[in-house]
Amino acid sequence: MESVITHEEGLNLKETELRLGLPGSDESSEKESISISSSRNKRAVPDSVEDRESVSDTKHATAPPAKAQVVGWPPIRSYRKNCFQPKKVETETGSYVKVSMDGAPYLRKVDLKVYKCYPELLEALENMFKLTIGEYSEREGYKGSEYAPTYEDKDGDWMLVGDVPWEMFMSTCKRLRIMKGSEARGLGHGA
Amino acid sequence: MSEAQAQMSEDDADLAAAAGGASIRTAVVTTGGDYSSPYPDQVLENVLENVLIFLTSRRDRNAVSLVCKSWYRAEALTRSEIYIGNCYSVSPRRAAERFRRVRSVVLKGKPRFADFSLMPPDWGAHFAPWVIEMAEAYRGLEKLYLKRMNVTDDDLAVMARSFGNFRELVLVCCEGFGTAGLAVVASKCRQLRVFDLIEAEVSDDDEVDWLSCFPESGTCLESLIFDCVEFPINFDALENLVARSRSLKKLRVNRFVNLEQLHRLMILAPQLTDLGTGSFSPQDHPIDQEPDLVSAFTACRSLVSLSGFRETVPDYLPAVYPVCANITSLNFSYANITADELKPVIRNCHKLQIFWVLDSVRDEGLQAVAATCKDLRELRVFPIDATEDNVGPVSDVGLQAISEGCKKLESILYFCQQMTNAAVISMSNNCPDLVVFRLCIIGRYRPDHSTGEPMDEGFGAIVKNCKKLTRLAVSGLLTDKAFSYIGQYGKLVRTLSFAFAGDSDLGLKYVLEGCSKLEKLEIRDCPFGDSALRSGLHHYHNMRFLWMSTCRVTRQGCREIAQQIPRVIVEVFRWNQILEEGEKSDLVDTLYLYRSLEGPRADAPKFVNIL
Repeated sequence: MESVITHEEGLNLKETELRLGLPGSDESSEKESISISSSRNKRAVPDSVEDRESVSDTKHATAPPAKAQVVGWPPIRSYRKNCFQPKKVETETGSYVKVSMDGAPYLRKVDLKVYKCYPELLEALENMFKLTIGEYSEREGYKGSEYAPTYEDKDGDWMLVGDVPWEMFMSTCKRLRIMKGSEARGLGHGA
Repeated sequence: MSEAQAQMSEDDADLAAAAGGASIRTAVVTTGGDYSSPYPDQVLENVLENVLIFLTSRRDRNAVSLVCKSWYRAEALTRSEIYIGNCYSVSPRRAAERFRRVRSVVLKGKPRFADFSLMPPDWGAHFAPWVIEMAEAYRGLEKLYLKRMNVTDDDLAVMARSFGNFRELVLVCCEGFGTAGLAVVASKCRQLRVFDLIEAEVSDDDEVDWLSCFPESGTCLESLIFDCVEFPINFDALENLVARSRSLKKLRVNRFVNLEQLHRLMILAPQLTDLGTGSFSPQDHPIDQEPDLVSAFTACRSLVSLSGFRETVPDYLPAVYPVCANITSLNFSYANITADELKPVIRNCHKLQIFWVLDSVRDEGLQAVAATCKDLRELRVFPIDATEDNVGPVSDVGLQAISEGCKKLESILYFCQQMTNAAVISMSNNCPDLVVFRLCIIGRYRPDHSTGEPMDEGFGAIVKNCKKLTRLAVSGLLTDKAFSYIGQYGKLVRTLSFAFAGDSDLGLKYVLEGCSKLEKLEIRDCPFGDSALRSGLHHYHNMRFLWMSTCRVTRQGCREIAQQIPRVIVEVFRWNQILEEGEKSDLVDTLYLYRSLEGPRADAPKFVNIL
């Protein structure tokens, strides 16, 4: 497993990826795109332009005086305070995760919430990429099939899809990658 | 018995009786040494033991133990539940040596202000030394109630394997453990009836599927509460667990259970008396027909307590109508609903005694509560938006309405942005049964918004008119006058909370000199200094604790206190006070003082100085 990952980093597949999205529409390159202002503005989605403009406006306009941040006041447990803050990261962006397939020219995205269980997700992936993934078994992973679905969890580790209960998978999966069956063998065996 | 001992607080079982018992023993030796035959004494003790078994109140028991040496012994042998309000007031060894046949332990650790990030992490309150001692001394332990303790997975494992007859575990505001610990308890404690996690911080690092670890063949579970768990659970395992727990009466699930799933659980357990819904919203892409929630609720004929309601979609609220007439406790404090969405529910809740709600319902919502809930005993109104502001959705108008409609009110916690003395005075007159009055005006130093006056008269009226008051929390603009009222009239008050209040040392002096029953005093950001601190010297050994943070107390002042009173531990910490360049300050950031039979604790972290 380790050797597969370092091999991929060396090739820097991301840079050479051929993609059909608008430049800058990839989440991870948003930071770069903000600095390339003029050319972006013309093609960027109207919403995001407005947001950026309104942000700069409030900086100049008379904003309400900043309230002093007092630790522990009012006396409400942080658990309760956090309930009504906009939730960050995972749930905020919904449950869409990127799906890449070895050898495919561009990535896709799926909404994990649409599926109630693994078979549904796998069937959707099979349809999306026109391939067969085969049966999952706890002992041998997806042995015997051409492809094996894997995912990156929130710790950054690559895991075989199907090992953990569905709910847990939904909350920890950050992106999916459909590996060639031969490469995935390392993951399937008692990893 | 000396005066001091007679007045001693009855909260800390060991302390009051141990200190009292020690001096009584000497008295008995000098006057009662003539009885030659041990036989009558033995008979008397046996009779006493048989009678004392029926005595359950710990305050009564403390009184009993002070009578004489043999009563002290008999009481110690028959006490089956010990209550330790401060885990550092007595060592595990000492408690175990005195009380040998204990089946139930209540143990509390950090003071309440730790909940609001005012206590540095790793301060202490470790459960480990207690569980190790109890594993040997209390093999028959059945119940454990821990509050604000640091509990690790290892501690839970020791507990699970040491107590063969263990039945009830309640963890309130605890942290330090995770799913691995829960799994051990679930699998090893085969007699478990109560498994309650209340506002606890549970880590998910291990990602163990703890719900699958309960006994396969069936459980004795009567109560399962895990609404505070902030990560997904294995729903199939939960459903299976509910199906094989025929005694289950209380179930509160977390927000990772949606309405469809809730429906499935309710069908399996119509015998529930207490239900905590998870997320009161359907799954995102409902494929099946909408579940018949109304039938599910109708089937729960014994339901008296309802809570949960995370992420409430108001369209589904009508599902609870069938149970409204019976419920005595309703917790809507996570439901972001309007007055119009509340009204159809609350207008049927005639028997409601406990109601927690968000201020999203506004004064209008509270008026609706006042109109229907004539039996209300406890009300808590929480803010959705905790930032200081000029106007908020609830105010004196809501408080006034409640005071007029809910005359039996005993306990209130009310967050608001603005208040008037008139409304508070009105409550003091209309609700004579008030035992707990906690008003939090979120804007600091805010006066009565209609007169511009300080809030002194309002709080003064509360302490004066509410003769049963034992707990008070104040806020808003307050002068020393408010404190003089509290000192003058608050004779039964046991717990006080002050924040951003008072003018001078006099304020604290009034309170320390006047409130003779004071046990817990928590103060932050008030201008009280060493002189005020000194005025409580006569009383600190009667209290469970004193907390003062960001006040004007100096290190030297604290040192004086530490030197003058034995058996009181004075902890001082400084951890986030930023000094101006060159400024040399003797002010302490936080003073935490508590009585203890032991010396300074050995597990204090570096930032804590014990004087």
